[in-house]
Order: sequence, then structure tokens, then C-alpha cells
Amino acid sequence: MSNISIFEIMGPVMIGPSSSHTAGAEKLGKAASSILDKSFDSVEFYLHGSFAKTYKGHGTDKALVAGILGMSADDERLRDSLQIAEQRGIKVDFIEADLGEVHPNTAKIVIKNKGVVLLTLVGSSIGGGNIIINEIDGSELEISGQYPVIIASYKDVKGMISKITGVIAKNEVNIATLKVSRSSRGEVATTVIETDNTATTAIVEQITQIENVISVRVLNSF
Amino acid sequence: MYNKADEILSQTKELNCRISDLVLQNECKIKESSEEEVRKQVRAILQVMRDAAHSGIETETMSVSGLIGGNAVKADNYRKTKKTVCGDVVNRAIARALSTSEVNASMGRIVAMPTAGASGIVPAAVITAAETINASDDDIIDALFTASGVGQLIKKNATISGAEGGCQAECGAGAAMAAAAIVELYGGTPEMAFDAAAIAIKSVLGLVCDPVAGLVEVPCSKRNATGVVNAMACADMALAGIKSAIPFDEVVDAMYKIGKALPAALRETSMGGLATTPTGEEVRCRLACHR
Repeated sequence: MSNISIFEIMGPVMIGPSSSHTAGAEKLGKAASSILDKSFDSVEFYLHGSFAKTYKGHGTDKALVAGILGMSADDERLRDSLQIAEQRGIKVDFIEADLGEVHPNTAKIVIKNKGVVLLTLVGSSIGGGNIIINEIDGSELEISGQYPVIIASYKDVKGMISKITGVIAKNEVNIATLKVSRSSRGEVATTVIETDNTATTAIVEQITQIENVISVRVLNSF
Repeated sequence: MYNKADEILSQTKELNCRISDLVLQNECKIKESSEEEVRKQVRAILQVMRDAAHSGIETETMSVSGLIGGNAVKADNYRKTKKTVCGDVVNRAIARALSTSEVNASMGRIVAMPTAGASGIVPAAVITAAETINASDDDIIDALFTASGVGQLIKKNATISGAEGGCQAECGAGAAMAAAAIVELYGGTPEMAFDAAAIAIKSVLGLVCDPVAGLVEVPCSKRNATGVVNAMACADMALAGIKSAIPFDEVVDAMYKIGKALPAALRETSMGGLATTPTGEEVRCRLACHR
């Protein structure tokens, strides 16, 4: 059995009414906007299972948008997030969808700017305000948000992992876990690296400069 | 680290300390923080708890759906103006539990403990019990460590999710955590604290999660109020020297097995129980039309 913190029992401090449908939804939205770190003008939320059935009563819609706008789970503006998004010129849509064999509280978030998709994220709220990110831009992964994460996508050629981890080591950041996946041999591979310390912009820039790297995304906290 | 009440009991005996001391030490280890840093965080959490336990009493607070609200004000006016059955302490605690759950349903700020749906129990029970003996904020913070320790055991060995274990896992866990916290606050032994926690869960074993219209409102809000009474009654029994015939660890195992045996219709899906009574269905339809 793993050691758990008292703050997993006493917390989160949050806007009600539901840790899974409100606080967890806010976290999913915030994760998406922090990974993207760019401006955008529209967001589509595809809601699956219990999210689809009960999102209005639990304020799941408001929480997702609050997260997208960068609010924290205990921000009292959360209940007015739909109006705030409108004021900022961000169009939001909620679509009930069947996302397949996934957790009952799952959402797919598609962020666009001027009609161009900037980020697609699929994540689940698994209870008590905890979430898991299952997919980013089509790559399947599993991020729990316990640690800062670096997500690097690159052309599937030899030596990429050692080059990327080399940059991380050179910047004196310790790697907690590392997971590699790829669509098929020689295509695009994605490495998800959880670290003990925050990933700096220097790390991101240096990994981006490695030949064959397509994108580097970072999620330091949410 | 500890995984079972048995381990906590042998460690508190060996170190001659309280449950809260062990929980705090363990937290400092996990977070690599000092005791003062952890206390500071909990002090901030306590402030949020107090605000939520009082604002629904000071101002009538309605849920977003309009289904519940205003009961905390009623409960508090009643205990101030009438001769009550349960007495002032219990009724003050009931009003506070209703307040937190009404604030939660109105999309106000609360502390999930162990969940948002059961967030009214621990604050109301601990704050009210502390008032009676003029306990300090530091004493209350210690009590919250004890409550969290009991919650950690339930989360590790069973579940605190209504979708997984029914309401016994949410309001039952909340009552058990509160009961143990009060026992320590009142100078009871660690054994007494776990007796109180065990009796509190035993009293609601099998309690289903059947929210009307899928909202954290009916019956959740009033189950928070009765959860506080459960916690206080069990704390008093344990402090009187009454033991739980079944030890805490075994009660938690039983709770988990019962939760697993509950049909999905009675685990937060709103497909059974109160949610599908004629009135429950009527409420669901009425709210759906309003959307």
C-alpha cells in the first residue's frame, strides 16, 4: 500500500458541489490550458458517460471552462465562468458523446484558434478531485499530475530518448518515470517523462532544438 | 507509515503518543516539510471549513437547482428560540453541517473531507465539540489530523467514493473520522478513538448512494446532519468506555465488501433508491425541463 497524504482526505479546497464532477473537471480544463500555453478563441468539450448525463446539475460545464480560463478549483468566479469566457471572446460548446471504453467521467477537450485545432486532450476525473490524462493530440498516455510532466513527440529514429533525457540530466532534473509509445515503427513516437522538479523553459527550448523533435509540451502543475 | 488501525495502535503505545502525532509525523515525511508548515496549511483549511459551516446559517443559501436551501437557518433559529430534543450542542452541529452542504450545493467554497458530498460532517462535529471545552485552534488542528488518519485507513483499505461503495463510504467515513477526532479532542485514548470510528461506520453499513436527479442535494444534505449526530453519539459511547465488538479494521473490510455487493443502481447512478421514487422522478423531470 502506498503512503497517502492527509490532503487527499482533507481537501481539495474547492467550489462545490462534487469533487469528481466539479473539482476534477476544473483540473482537466486547467491541464489542457496549461499544456497549450497559447491564446485561443474556441473550445469544444465532448462529455462522456456520467459527465454527459449530469454536467449541468454539477456545474461540470462551468468547472471545465473555469479550468480552461486558468482559474483554480477554489476560485469563486467558477460559477460565472461561462459569462467570463463570453466576455473574453472565447466560444465554448458542450457536446454529449460516446468516447468508447473509458471512465464514466471522461471529457475530450478540443481547443482551437481561428478554426485551427491547437490541442486535443482526453482525460478522466477519477474521484476526490483526482484526474488522469489519457490522450494528448492522439497519443495515448497516462498522466496523473502527481509530478511535473514533459511530453516530447518526435520522429521515431534511433537515439532520441537518450538525447532528450540527456538534456534533462544536464539541467540537473531527476526523472521519476518515463514512458515511450509510438503509432508504428518509423512514424511519430511520444515520450512522457515525469520529473521531480519543474521543467524550465531552458529544458523545453533545448529539447525543441534536437533534430527530429516535432513538439514539446510541459505540464508543471494543475 | 501505517496501513491498519492495529499498526497505529501499536505505534501510539510504543511511542506513548496520540493518533494525531503519528499522522503529522507521517505527513512531514511525505511532504518533506516541517510540522509548522503542515500546520500552517491545515490552519488555512480550517478557515475555509469555518466559513462554510457558518455562512449558510447567517444567510439563507439556495442550491443552484433550487432543490434545497435555507435549512441551516431554520435549524439555528430553532435551537436559539425553542426547547430542543437533542440539546443545544447537537443542534448547533446540525445547523453547521446543513450550512456546509448548502454552501456546497450553491457552488460555494468548501473543503472536501473526505468528499464534497460528505464535507459537512467533520467540520461541524469538530468545531462544535471544540467549543464546548474551549479547545484552541491548535487542538482543533490536531483533531483534524486524527480525522484524516482515520480517512487514510478507509481510503487505503476500502473506498471513500459513493460511486464505488455507496453513501456508507462517504457519510459513513465522514462520521467515523469525526468521531475519532472528537474522542482525541476530549482526551480519550487511541483505542477509544477507533472504537468510536468503528461504531460510527457499523451504524450506517449498507447505506446506499441514491441522489435525487443526480445532484449532491437530496438526501445528501440531511445525511450530513445525521452524520454529525452519529459521530457525536459514537464519540460519547467510546468515551464512556463502550467498546466496538468488531475491531475498526474488520469493520472497514466489511464496509468495502458490502459496497462491492451493492448493485450499481445504488452507487451514485441515480437509478434506484430515493432517486427513482415517484417524487424523486418528478423532481428529476421538473429540473430537466427547466434546463
